[in-house]
This record gives sequence, C-alpha cells and structure tokens, in this order.
Amino acid sequence: MRRNSRFIISTLAFGYAFLYIPLVLVVVYSFNDSRIATVWGGFSTRWYGELLRNEQVLDAAYLSLRIAFTSATFATILGTMAGLALARFSRFRGRTLFTGMITSPMVMPEVITGLSLLLFFVTLQQLTGWPGQRGFSTITIAHITFSMAYVAVIVQSRLSGMDESLEEAAMDLGGRPLRVVFDITLPLIAPAMVAGWLLAFTLSLDDLVIASFVSGPGSSTLPMYIFSKVKLGVSPDINALATLIIAFISAGVFVAWFVIRRRA
Amino acid sequence: MATSVQDHDSLWQRLTIATPYLWLLAFFLVPFVIILKISVADPVIAQPPFTPTIDDAGKLSATADNFVFLLTDKLYAITYLRSVMMATIATVLCLALGFPMAYGIARARAETRGLLLLLIVLPFWISFLLRVYAWMGLLNNYGVLNNFLLWLGVIDQPIQILYTDFAVFVGLTYSYLPFMILPLYATLERMDLDLVEAAQDLGASPTRAFWDVTWPLARAGVVAGCLLVFIPAMGEYVIPYLLGGPEALLIGRVLFDEFFVNRDWPLASAVAVVLLLLLVVPIVFLQRSQARNAEGSA
Amino acid sequence: MRDATTTNSDVKDAFISIRNVTKSFGDFVAVDDVSLDIPKGELFAILGGSGCGKTTLLRMLAGFESPSSGRIEIDNVDVTHQPAYERPVNMMFQSYAVFPHMDVEKNIAYGLVKDRVSKTAIAKRVDEMLELVQLGDFRKRMPGQLSGGQRQRVALGRALIKSPKVLLLDEPLAALDKKLRERTQFELMNIQYELGITFVVVTHDQEEAMTLSSRIAVMDEGRFRQVGTPKEIYEFPSNRFVADFIGTINTFAGKVTDIGDDTISVYCDEIGASLSALGRHPVEIGQSVDIAVRPEKIFIGKSEPEDAIHARLKGVVDDLGYLGNRSLYHIKLEGGRIVQVSSQNRRRSANRFLEWDDDVWISWRPRSAVVLVD
Ligand SMILES: Nc1ncnc2c1ncn2[C@@H]1O[C@H](COP(=O)(O)OP(=O)(O)OP(=O)(O)O)[C@@H](O)[C@H]1O
Ligand SMILES: [Mg+2]
Repeated sequence: MRRNSRFIISTLAFGYAFLYIPLVLVVVYSFNDSRIATVWGGFSTRWYGELLRNEQVLDAAYLSLRIAFTSATFATILGTMAGLALARFSRFRGRTLFTGMITSPMVMPEVITGLSLLLFFVTLQQLTGWPGQRGFSTITIAHITFSMAYVAVIVQSRLSGMDESLEEAAMDLGGRPLRVVFDITLPLIAPAMVAGWLLAFTLSLDDLVIASFVSGPGSSTLPMYIFSKVKLGVSPDINALATLIIAFISAGVFVAWFVIRRRA
Repeated sequence: MATSVQDHDSLWQRLTIATPYLWLLAFFLVPFVIILKISVADPVIAQPPFTPTIDDAGKLSATADNFVFLLTDKLYAITYLRSVMMATIATVLCLALGFPMAYGIARARAETRGLLLLLIVLPFWISFLLRVYAWMGLLNNYGVLNNFLLWLGVIDQPIQILYTDFAVFVGLTYSYLPFMILPLYATLERMDLDLVEAAQDLGASPTRAFWDVTWPLARAGVVAGCLLVFIPAMGEYVIPYLLGGPEALLIGRVLFDEFFVNRDWPLASAVAVVLLLLLVVPIVFLQRSQARNAEGSA
Repeated sequence: MRDATTTNSDVKDAFISIRNVTKSFGDFVAVDDVSLDIPKGELFAILGGSGCGKTTLLRMLAGFESPSSGRIEIDNVDVTHQPAYERPVNMMFQSYAVFPHMDVEKNIAYGLVKDRVSKTAIAKRVDEMLELVQLGDFRKRMPGQLSGGQRQRVALGRALIKSPKVLLLDEPLAALDKKLRERTQFELMNIQYELGITFVVVTHDQEEAMTLSSRIAVMDEGRFRQVGTPKEIYEFPSNRFVADFIGTINTFAGKVTDIGDDTISVYCDEIGASLSALGRHPVEIGQSVDIAVRPEKIFIGKSEPEDAIHARLKGVVDDLGYLGNRSLYHIKLEGGRIVQVSSQNRRRSANRFLEWDDDVWISWRPRSAVVLVD
C-alpha cells in the first residue's frame, strides 16, 4: 500500500480543520449564555427557546420549506425529462440550444440569473398582469429553472452508463414505449432522481441571491431572514439556528451514507 | 431505440423534449433577452424604472449610454478588475490547498477514502450563508482567532481581520474549496499511480516526477476545478458583503446595489451584460472540458 | 448445379422473407440490398466480420430499425414498418439486457405480464421456462448474483416465454468462456429442435456458425457473399472472400486452359503446373481464376502418388507442427510457394518420418479443389 507523505497528511489535516473549525465554533457558541456572542458566559440553551418562539423565523422557514419541496419536485420531473432527452434521443432539432440552456444555469452567476428573472417577471406582469405579487410562485419558478439543470445532468450521466438494450429488450417483449419508461427506465434511474431531488431541495433552501431578486415585500425566505440579521453582525439565535441545520443535515447525510454503504 | 421511438411513438418523445425545452425557453432564454433589452434602455423615474425599447409610436429606441457610462466611469473598470483579481487569487488559494488534499484522498486507503470525500461534500449541503456567517464569529475583533493570537502573544491588541480583503479570500477559499477538490479527485483517482513510481524508478526525483507525470495527467481536473471556482467567485455577493469591508467593491455587489439601492435597472442590466461577457470565455471552456470528460469516461 | 451466390429465393414456403432490404445511416450503407428467405424451423446463422452489418440486419428483423428501402415479411405478414412490440419475434441481446431490478422469475415473466395473461397461466409458463433453461433453483435471485452463463439463460428464457415465431440471437455465446460456449451451443440446438422455433443467430465465429446452424449467410460490407449449408460454404466457397473467411485455404492463381464436363483445367504460372478443379461457375478459356484447396484435402507422402488423376506437386517440408489429432505442414514448392497441408494422425506411424527439409509429394483429387472467379 502506498503511503501519503508527511506533507500531504499535514495538508489534509489543515484542510479539514479549515473546513470544520468554523462550524464547530458556531455549534459551541450556540450554547453560550451571553448575549454578546463572542464572550463565553456559561452553558445555556436559551437561544434555542427564543428561536422557537420567534415567529418571523418560523414563517420564513415554513415558506422556504414549501418552496424547496415544490421546486425540487418540479425540477425533478422537468430535469428527468431533459436528462432522458439528452441521453436517449440522439437527434432532434435544436439539440445544441437545448444542451446549452440545460448547462448554463449551473455556471451562471446568481446575480445575473436573479436579475434576469426579476426583469422577466416585471415585464410579464406589465403584459399580462401576472404575477400580481411576487413571492412563493416566482421564487419557486426561479428555483425550478436553475435546479432542474442539476437533476438533468445527474439523470443523464446515470442513463448514459446504462445499457440501452435494456429498454429495447422490454420493447421487444411487447412493452409499448411509455410502458417501458415506467417498467424499466424510471426504476433504474430512481436513485439518480432521488439524488437530484435532494440536491434541488438543498439548493433551493440555500439560495439567497436569486430569492432576494424575485421575492416581493412580505415574503422572506429563511436565508433572506438570516441575511438581514447577520448583516448587522454575529447573533446568538442565528448560532442556534445554524446548529440545528448543521445537526440535521449531518445526521441525514451520514445516515444516507451508511445505508448506501450497507447496500453496496 | 432512437429510430423506433421516432417512428412509432413520437408523441411521447416530443412531450419529453418539449416540456423542459419550453420551460427553459420561457424562464431562461427570454429573461436573458430582456436583460439585453433593458441594458440599452434609458432610466426613468416610474414603474418600471426604464423606457420601453419600442415606444408607443413603434419606433425603436436604444441607447448605448449605459455601456458608455460603464466604460468611462473609473469606478466600474476598477471594480471589474478587482473582481477578476480577487477571483483569481481565490482560485489559486483553492488550488494550492485543494490539490494536495485531493491527491491525499486519492491515495488514501479505500475504506477511509469514502469518509474523507464525504467530509469534503458535507459542508456543501449545509447552508452556504451559514458557513460564511461562521467565519464572522471567528474573525471578528473579539473573535476566536484574535483571542488565540493574543493568547499566543503574537499580538498584544486585537487586529482588524473581519471586513478586510483577507477575510474575503478566506471566505471564498473556504466556500469554493469542495468545487476544486472534487474534479481534481476524479482525475487523480483515475490516474495510474504506478506511472509516478515508474518515473521515480527511472531516476526522477519526487518533485520532477510530480511535474513530469502527475501534473500533466491531472490537468483536465485542474482546469475544471479552477473554472468551477473562478466563475462563481466573480459574481459573488454574499461573501464580500458579510466579510469584506465597505470598500470591498466586487461586481456582484455593485450590481446588487445599483439595482436595489440606486434603482437604476438599465445600468444594473448593463453591469450584468458586461459581467457575462467577461465570463463567456471561461464558461465555454468549462462546458467544453466537461463534454470532453463525459466522452472520456463513457 | 445451382449458383451459390444467389440469395436462394427458391426456398419453398419462406417463413421469413427479406426483399431487397437496404439500411443507410446518413451516407453510410450498413446493409446493402439484401434478400433472403428462411423456412420455418430453420436454425439460420448470419456470419461476418466486425462492422459488416449483421446486428443492423437483425435489428431490422426485430423492429428496432426500419429499412431505408425493401420489405420484410414474417409468416406472410408485412412487418416492415411494424414496431418491435407488435412483432411475433423476440430477441436475445448480445449484452443479454437482463433487467437488473427484477429477479430471475420476474425477468422471465416480463413478456407475458404485458399481455394480460392470467396469473396462474403465467406461473405455469414461467415454471416451464425455468425448467427449459435449468434455472429452477435460481428463480428468486437478482441478476447481480448470477454468473454470465446464468444471465445468458435468463435472457433465453425471457425471449422464449411468448413462444415467438422467430427467435433472434445476437452473438449469443460471445461473452462465455470456451467450455461453456461449447456446452451452450448444444443446449441451444436442443432447445431449437424441441420447440421448432425459427432461430436466426448472428455470429462472427465461423466454428460456431458451422456447428450450430443448418444454413449460413456469409456477410461482408452489408451484402451477402454466399448463402448455403455449412458444408457447401466450407467445401465450395463461391468466391475468394468466403474462401478466405471460412477456415484456411490454399489458392493458386492461373488461367483457364480447358473446360471439361464438370472440371476445369487451369495453368498456374507460379508453380509451373496445370491443375484441375471442380467448376461451378461459367468460365471462358484464358480467363484468370483461382484454384482453391483446403489443407486437409491434400495428401502428403514421400513417394510420388501413382493415381494419374491426382494433381501433384513436389516440395520440401518447411515447417511442421503436431496438434494431437492432426499435424500441420508448411510445404515449400519448387517455385518457393508455401502450401499448407493438414493430415489426420490416425495411424500413429502414418507420417512419423516426415521431418524438416524432407522431400515430399503433395496431391489432391480434382473434386477437392474449386475454381474461384471473384
Ligand atoms: N445507429 C447507427 N448510426 C450510424 N452508423 C451505424 C449505426 N448502427 C450501426 N452503424 C454502422 O453500421 C455498420 C454495421 O454495424 P453493425 O452493428 O450492424 O455491425 P456488426 O456486423 O454487428 O458488427 P459487430 O460484429 O462488431 O457487432 C458499422 O460500420 C456501424 O458503424
Ligand atoms: Mg453486432
């Protein structure tokens, strides 16, 4: 077995410390009794209590979860279709444009995506009267648009690693194309769709910039709320919120990892 | 399958293509055209705050004023330059830290490799905003880093770290490090490490072997990783806002302020168009290299 | 005698009938004006090198590609533009394409479930198939837990469960190791014999085509070069391509000097001798042709053969190899030309005294050699 040199090992140690120390500190300080977030004033869970009584946070979180759930679901449907089209239908008109449009949202700076969508919604409203008010629906549409690209890429790579004759075999045995999609294709790309959904969900929950552009007054997502608070500096209840999120996501990711490893 | 489906069930196929296609046309391409259109409009104090491109008389009205302004006002030129510079430095820092890490992970034992990778990806799933926020507590004047330095005796008074360019670099490197490590890991893991040993066997020193063998073979990953860091770093808004000083003008932030604070939508659109022009080359590069990678691994 | 290059449209009661089928991909013609008739119950092989269009032809029979021109009939029904899921034809894929998310039983049952057959009828039929392909003990296994040979049998059972009129097999044995391949060959033949289904097998392995099939089509660059029984194709190749493609053969270029009732005499400059061979093609005096003779049709000995009608040539042993049941010789003729000879080692002493550089005579009967014109 090859061994890593001391230089590599120390870089790894430094790198992981770099990645995790800030997170650990946030968790530690979330149990700090002091109002001044950087001075240790003894152990306490009071910020968690305050967090749960803070209706603004709860509203924002609820809105964010609704948006994330809806947009991830639609992004998975549209992204799966796009991935299928890219991987299985080799020739159709406008394929180049399609490929470009699929991959661009992933690399486009968020400020540009956000600005362009807002201008689009404003124009649309002038022309048709819709959307009367920006909020849930506009943020959801924006999130679907940029996260379907990720789903499409995941599904496409799964499909291109899959034997195409599986679908042909099913058709050969009498399955009509649509049946074959449900019998063979979808079950086989299900893991990719689940991964895509989770990614889309996370991206939506995480997004601040695009949502800031396309939301209207009165509809604040969780990141927007957090941002408005932390603009002013470190705040103890945000520490508590961050800790909850870190704990929740880490637990989820580790459980998923163990399940996948078990199966393999 | 392609042909038979085309022949016999084109309805289903057309639906599969058309649905995402139309969605993207409506919500990606059209908004883009609108940005272009507004970037050549005049600002007015009204709702919306710009003149229509085609006025009531049906005459086309377009102006290059916004672009002329961008080019003549030094502030914008400096901001673009600063953005390129900051993104470049962050990319170099990510590469410097990410390459040895990716290399170390690729060479780790198979059982630990999975865990090491998971630990790289994990922060990515945790809110980006909160991760940047975590640095605020670490870097501020009474923060952990300052206290640590004081305790060490390196400094005898807290120094300003938060709200400096240094903090922005730390934030950028921290946030985009996984984007660098993952593509690097993918190429390094595929690489036959025997080659390195063969080179050393032929008398190359480890450093020589690295430059002669490892680096050229890892180049595809390096290119992908650098672009994946550079492109989003160019348009970054949150990190300079939270960690940088008020003078830390980066283009993403200028665009945001132009839009929300000055309410000059046409100018904001022009800023976006120019930013996009700056990014076209790296984006095309990235898509090319990814397409090539996809072919190579298929 | 029948001209073997025809695509034997004279077969009676053609069950599969392929008429002037062409398939092009853009400018590239993958299958070029092919016609073929296959009677019911035949085990027919399509043999050819890589990229010659075998798979494309098979996929047109299955309904995955539609011909650019021409027509295909199966059991007197024009299926040219029928989609795969409506054809009475099933296929066994080269990659087997066993559905990885279904167990053996579900894989095999898939074709019937689509047809809304009653549960009990399906279960009965699945049992029959499991027995036929000897997978009874594996019915609940997932494909990931099966060996290559077992997966191949799942694919076979799955393709047979609907009792198709025709079974198409694309390189059915290519992924198996040599021993398993030989055993499976005979299993396939038995199953075909028992069920009486028409099999069309694609292969690039000539031995496989020879042992399996009742008739073979040899394909090259999208066209059939010869269609016939294995024996016909081996013994009487109708052109140089087929002669070269199937086994080894010695060819001598020359000009026709005399045309007899069924033999043709040819003078070969290269070896300075006149040879005669069975003539199956119309030729003219003076025409350039090849005489071809298989290595195992050549007798070898130290003394000149007495029989006057034998073609005979003198040479020395240039190289020899002992292969157990037979020996291989490279004989260098006086002009320097090398001829390959293979002789059975039936009597242990037969040619035991042949050594390197021995002077020998080689000879063959005119009926063992054929004339090739193109
Ligand atoms: N969908 C397609 N588009 C373009 N060309 C194709 C397509 N399918 C096959 N071809 C070409 O047609 C020719 C014949 O292909 P085919 O798959 O029939 O060969 P084959 O005889 O089965 O070869 P092998 O023994 O290697 O499987 C090849 O040159 C191939 O490149
Ligand atoms: Mg083939």
